[in-house]
Amino acid sequence: MASADELRELARRCRVHIVNMVHRAQAGHPGGSLSEIDLLVALYKTTLRVRPSEPRWEDRDRFILSKGHASPGMYAILAEMGFISEEDLSSYRVLGGVCQGHVDMKWCPGVDFSAGSLGMGLSFGLGSAIAGRLEQSERQVYVMLGDGEIQEGSVWEAAMAAAHHELGNLNVILDRNRIQNDDFCEAQMRMFDIPAKWKAFGWNVKEIDGHNMEEIMDGMQFLSSTNDGPSILIAHTVKGHGVSFMADNPAFHGAAPNDEQYALAMQELGEVSA
Amino acid sequence: MTKMAATRDGYGDALLELANNPKVVVLEADLGKSTKSLHFRKAHPERTVSCGIGEQNMLLVGAGLAASGYIPFASTFAIFTERAFEQMRNGVARPNLAVHVCGSHGGTHTGTDGSSAQSIEDLAIFRTLPNVIVMHPSDVVSTKELTIQLAGESSPSYMRTARNKTPVLYEGRENEIKIGKGIVLKEGSDVAIVACGVMVSEALKAAEALEGEGIQASVVDMHTLKPLDGQLIDNLVSTCGALVTAEDHSVIGGLGGAVAEHLTANTYAPLERVGVKDRFGESGQSDEMLEVMEISAPYIAEAAKRAITRK
Repeated sequence: MASADELRELARRCRVHIVNMVHRAQAGHPGGSLSEIDLLVALYKTTLRVRPSEPRWEDRDRFILSKGHASPGMYAILAEMGFISEEDLSSYRVLGGVCQGHVDMKWCPGVDFSAGSLGMGLSFGLGSAIAGRLEQSERQVYVMLGDGEIQEGSVWEAAMAAAHHELGNLNVILDRNRIQNDDFCEAQMRMFDIPAKWKAFGWNVKEIDGHNMEEIMDGMQFLSSTNDGPSILIAHTVKGHGVSFMADNPAFHGAAPNDEQYALAMQELGEVSA
Repeated sequence: MTKMAATRDGYGDALLELANNPKVVVLEADLGKSTKSLHFRKAHPERTVSCGIGEQNMLLVGAGLAASGYIPFASTFAIFTERAFEQMRNGVARPNLAVHVCGSHGGTHTGTDGSSAQSIEDLAIFRTLPNVIVMHPSDVVSTKELTIQLAGESSPSYMRTARNKTPVLYEGRENEIKIGKGIVLKEGSDVAIVACGVMVSEALKAAEALEGEGIQASVVDMHTLKPLDGQLIDNLVSTCGALVTAEDHSVIGGLGGAVAEHLTANTYAPLERVGVKDRFGESGQSDEMLEVMEISAPYIAEAAKRAITRK
């Protein structure tokens, strides 16, 4: 298994891909991609049972990026894993490209769910988890939700159903970056005690610092080994983490850096010397 | 005495028959007793998923199952499938996952529950979605046969069934029923009445009344609205020269809309659309509702005469 240091270096490279993609396209969602990427790197490298050379392997673990706008993060790790090539990353938001604006199972190898509309991935994951159980497979289903996303009511329909059906093979990673499209979540729709809500819905809950690789690795272990009902890892993250002017800044939920900002970001990410 | 049965029972029977395929799973949203999926649930509880009163979740659970190689049949009242329209659009139709949605208790025919339960726009909205097969069978036999055929389709579907009983039309005629193929129930050369669902038997009554006045009407059961049997419409245009559509659904966007779209792009013929006239329903018995909504047999016959005068 990869060490925490190796994962940190991989996450740095993925951050470079993310900023490159969004800068090249002059559109997209850097903030949520940068907040989720440490989690995605650890999930893919330490936990997820997938085969890049056989993306449709039937008994693979499923990963569902429900917050599908944070696609640059997923494309970055898919490229690093070998599902797609680094050249494919330049097709992000380009006509005919495998890297559609929002991750799409019909377009991109390694993508299991066509996202783009918030609040849908957990229900899809629930169906995938029931399928795994019907087949008596050991495979696990991992769903990444955004924190703003859980304002969608259908998330809670799915949360209730997952506990009712005692789906121990269903796991959620919540990217708690505290910012949504227009503003901080606190201003848009306060969510009060999020861990208590999931506990009350019958889920196993663990909270971590979503940028501390050792804690993240523990968190992945918690998800894959907790099988008495559905589990959620609430990862406290910083939107735009890794790029100073994007960090904790609602303006970079869905905006691309200009050339000057791009140069600064590359410098901060260690790609070019100051 | 005409044998009567509810199309929703055809759906329930079909699920039971499909159960020997281990990939068939049934999803419920607390209305299995009404949609008739309960028979499957009793026989195969391990392959039945209760989604509680949560239709949006249910359709996407279906999508997850379909993406994993299963053949999910999800049912609730037609009106409540509309609540999950965007899930159907983005989560089912867009990735073309073969989730089969059955909306029972459709139309004003559903009766005394009143306007909140009378879906009159379901066929229209689902017809707008790429990849989705849209059907509204007329009797219990065709409903059962079409449901069984759905299990072999690689695209998702929406099928409306009815709560209340309608005449049985196809006993012993299962081999005439095919998804996407309209059925000519009566041949005539003056006008063609193209109907779906509970209105097919009304159309037959209208044709009988017209015959008494010397007008020969063709009657077609267009159980599949999408893909529409355009070849059959073209044939009706050339043999009859005037068309009427009849549906227990808004005149906007349903069968009438589908036929009108076809005619504007192909051979022209006058078309009269019988349907709910851009209004909501109310509580009433099925037969009363067809009268109040002005869609029963006499209204179809009147529309047929209007269509003929426009030739």
